[in-house]
Amino acid sequence: MANRENLCLSGTGVTKVFGFGRHRTLAVDHVDFAFHEGEIVSIVGESGSGKTTLAKMLLGLISVTEGEIYFQGKKRDISSSRKKKEYWRNIQAIFQDPFSAYNTFHKIDAVLLDCIRMRGGGNLPRDKKVELMTEACSFVNLKFAELTNKYPFELSGGQMQRLMIARIFLLKPKILIADEPTSMIDACSRATILDYLMKLRDETGMTLIFITHDIGLAYYVSDSVYIMEHGRFVESGSADAVILHPQQPYTRRLISDVPKIYEEWDLSTV
Amino acid sequence: MARVMLEVRDLTTKYVTRYKEDVYAVDHVSLKIEEGKTLGIAGESGCGKSTLALSLMGYYFPPLHYTSGEIIIDGQNITGMKPDDVRKSILGREIAYIPQAAMNALNPTRKVIDFIGDVVRAHDPTWTKKMIYDHARASFEMLGLPAEVLQKYPVELSGGMKQRTVIAVAVILSPKVLIADEPSSALDVTSQKMVIKMLRDMMESGFIKAMIFITHELPLLYNVADEIMVMYAGQIVEHASAKQAVFDPLHPYSKGLMGSIIVPESGLRDVKLVAIPGVPPNLKNPPAGCRFAERCKYVQAECKVTSVPLYEVGYNRSYRCILSETQLRRAYEHGE
Repeated sequence: MANRENLCLSGTGVTKVFGFGRHRTLAVDHVDFAFHEGEIVSIVGESGSGKTTLAKMLLGLISVTEGEIYFQGKKRDISSSRKKKEYWRNIQAIFQDPFSAYNTFHKIDAVLLDCIRMRGGGNLPRDKKVELMTEACSFVNLKFAELTNKYPFELSGGQMQRLMIARIFLLKPKILIADEPTSMIDACSRATILDYLMKLRDETGMTLIFITHDIGLAYYVSDSVYIMEHGRFVESGSADAVILHPQQPYTRRLISDVPKIYEEWDLSTV
Repeated sequence: MARVMLEVRDLTTKYVTRYKEDVYAVDHVSLKIEEGKTLGIAGESGCGKSTLALSLMGYYFPPLHYTSGEIIIDGQNITGMKPDDVRKSILGREIAYIPQAAMNALNPTRKVIDFIGDVVRAHDPTWTKKMIYDHARASFEMLGLPAEVLQKYPVELSGGMKQRTVIAVAVILSPKVLIADEPSSALDVTSQKMVIKMLRDMMESGFIKAMIFITHELPLLYNVADEIMVMYAGQIVEHASAKQAVFDPLHPYSKGLMGSIIVPESGLRDVKLVAIPGVPPNLKNPPAGCRFAERCKYVQAECKVTSVPLYEVGYNRSYRCILSETQLRRAYEHGE
């Protein structure tokens, strides 16, 4: 399953600075990372720690101020829009808010057909396309027959998020970045979403990068965890090492702030 | 026997849609909270938790309508009071409510102190500016918030601070019962902890006498509440102490909920989270039998036809299922 030898996405000294002069903000501060093929990685941090900025740089949505990002060992080149599209065939994302991820004027079929076109299936006959879409929907336990000809706003939040995963199933990218995929969904549907994402990893061997503030979630899903504070990685390693034996005071505080059920939750340390 | 701060008997409230359909979002709910206790209400989105919170205050406005039942706050029966009277003399003084997106309630164009002035004068127009300021300052200090906040605009405050400010404003007239509806779900873990500590301190110092805490985050609820009620499709399906509800749930739905807990503790990675399949029923025409029957693993033939009452088992413990305690426990042992 997971091939830990093959480097998938890595970076050295990746930095992002917003603004100039007095308003200069260092959002991501010289971070180094190495994500392997088939690995599930979590980047954990509080609001404002720079985790989403890092995700956007990985996706190539914003430029990198300093440092280099390497994709499959080679320097990433997204200088032209053709190259960028080529890169996006390999890296995809799921965002926090499923309600704003869809174009309200497009039917659900369009969302899925776009994906088929993107991976080069634009010329397939119609029934072949329907077959592909049905397969993708059934992967996330949705029925394509019930969804076809509907608009995104006719679905619930959980269904929308599952459809997002169906999209990823069609595209089969090398890397998937999930930016707080469950924070807008209630605790009961959360397990379903996580299960599908992990199943996707098991079937396609993609690298999954979770961006989250929920350290419990990070512990549940990931192979390795990076803890981010003020734009820097303060601690990283395997999930068990980081969560059960944290070395840095920041990590310890983050873990102690989460309500638990087997240990006492110490409120005096606020 | 401790003083009962809030008692609700058989409360039923409904929404009337614009096609004149009735949706019973709170269906024969009874509860009782003693002085110094926190009652937690758990359940998934859309199960009626927030509607229950609104209904408990006795303040109804369309589309929410009162159908039947009684609400008694510290010995005072407020059933059937006019909405205007409820707003003036009950809300804020006897019972206060912190809504889900509470921090958006602050007026962005006014300082916090002016906002407090509005709140206080809505109840008693005779208060002077000086009185309001002194009172606000005293209660902010008691709640551990810096008094400088009073002179600030909401944009100058962080999310966590805004949330704590709104809580402080909600309790400025020292209500007896506080209803907190997901007060920390929009905050990160550190701010969440500060909010919870503030609520806990308010309870301990007797600033408020009892609290109802609503959330879908079970680990949080376990740490805050003394007792937990699990709600499903407008009905209470289980009522137990926090410990029993989390470690020894009886109702299959509560059992399913507890199976979705994620906490950063050793052992979590070995268990597989099991989600409850399916979706809750549409309350416009709820099923005749048990409302959970469609999604239940242990469903029997009669579940779908006969409605199930809430069975009392022991002190402060009840559940809504036709299977007996022993049958359920045995099923869970075999199921895992």
